[in-house]
Amino acid sequence: MKVVLPSPLVSYTAGRREVQAAGATLAEVLADLDRQFPGIRFRMIDEQDAIRQHIRIFVNREPAPGLAAALASTDEVLIIAALSGG
Amino acid sequence: MIDPRDRRTVLAAVRAGHLGPTVMRSTDLGKTWKEAAKPPAFPKAPEGEAGESVHHVFWLTPGHARNPGRWYAGTSPQALFQSDDAGVTWQGVAGFNEHPMRDKWINKGEEGPPDGATLHSINVDPFDPRHLVIGMSMGGVFESRDEGKSWKPLNRGVEANFLPDPEAEYGHDPHCVRVSAAAPGVVYQQNHCGIYRLDRKADRWTRIGDNMPKAVGDIGFPMVLHPRDPNTLWVFPMDGTTVWPRVPIGGKPAAFRSRDAGNSWKRLDQGLPKGQGWFTVKRQSMMADALDPVGLYFGTTGGEVWASFDEGDNWHCVVQHLPEIYAVETALVA
Repeated sequence: MKVVLPSPLVSYTAGRREVQAAGATLAEVLADLDRQFPGIRFRMIDEQDAIRQHIRIFVNREPAPGLAAALASTDEVLIIAALSGG
Repeated sequence: MIDPRDRRTVLAAVRAGHLGPTVMRSTDLGKTWKEAAKPPAFPKAPEGEAGESVHHVFWLTPGHARNPGRWYAGTSPQALFQSDDAGVTWQGVAGFNEHPMRDKWINKGEEGPPDGATLHSINVDPFDPRHLVIGMSMGGVFESRDEGKSWKPLNRGVEANFLPDPEAEYGHDPHCVRVSAAAPGVVYQQNHCGIYRLDRKADRWTRIGDNMPKAVGDIGFPMVLHPRDPNTLWVFPMDGTTVWPRVPIGGKPAAFRSRDAGNSWKRLDQGLPKGQGWFTVKRQSMMADALDPVGLYFGTTGGEVWASFDEGDNWHCVVQHLPEIYAVETALVA
């Protein structure tokens, strides 16, 4: 499925904003992303599997309910680095 | 922080606002950088239990010359991590992070120093690679004699005017702790409650800050030691009265130097602003080099770097217009 990344993460993907990843859940998609682009998952998800404070993840433009959310191969995952500060 | 063992590897603690904490590595003196493959992180907690997450890496220290590739990192929440492959992968130091007293030693509350309670001042004794001394803001000084396997508080004699027990074993607030490379067993600290010296043959600190001018006091953040003379040290006092503005006393910045282990102090302000100098010098932002005479360098929260090439007698502003400076390090690279 298509995964759209925010600009702070494109240093892991050689500049690509859109990448492909596979998995039946959001957790599996993030694990696949990390296999392809080592280190990228820890920038979004901390060691306790919590989504980092300023990261938002949407599936088909709806907020993802959690890492266990089931996904279909036609879904689109949108990852956003939320604005912080002034 | 540059590795003095190879003079090429540089490690930097990074916390990008959106992307969390990590450690970046350069093996070409900063020309190119790569992220650590396994940055410092706590173990995943069992299902249903709350685990800890590293908020930021605050302190990096290269290991002893006898342990090439060894590095230590201190974090907030307060924990100690170790790398044995020059910073590529990091593991928790179980002797500290899983110590049965750690929950009591560290500051887990919301109240704490600005930017969070940190584990800082990781010292590897130059005379004994198994001897480690660390400091924790809101925690105290702790010591290991077995390379981090076991730890004990080392705070006797240090005031903690925010604790009810005047002889508290831990809970103190060291700002910067330095183990001397010039003589075995000599340790100094700049604490929230004064400047102290410890001869490690004993286990009770002496408040050498009492010998500072009363109008200046002995509150500050950095502690800088002479590389070859165990009796020479420098501090940079801050206004620690009432509301703790953390600025030079009266807006008149000055370093102070002692050449007799803190029995007497000399004000060093030649070249520094004579007034309206309201910056702060943070605990990692003042360092000495190893030259003769010793060069001193400090960075300010206003983005300036000041240098002295004569052990503090005269100061020169050598860099301006940087962002707030958190750390200054020196290294001989050729």
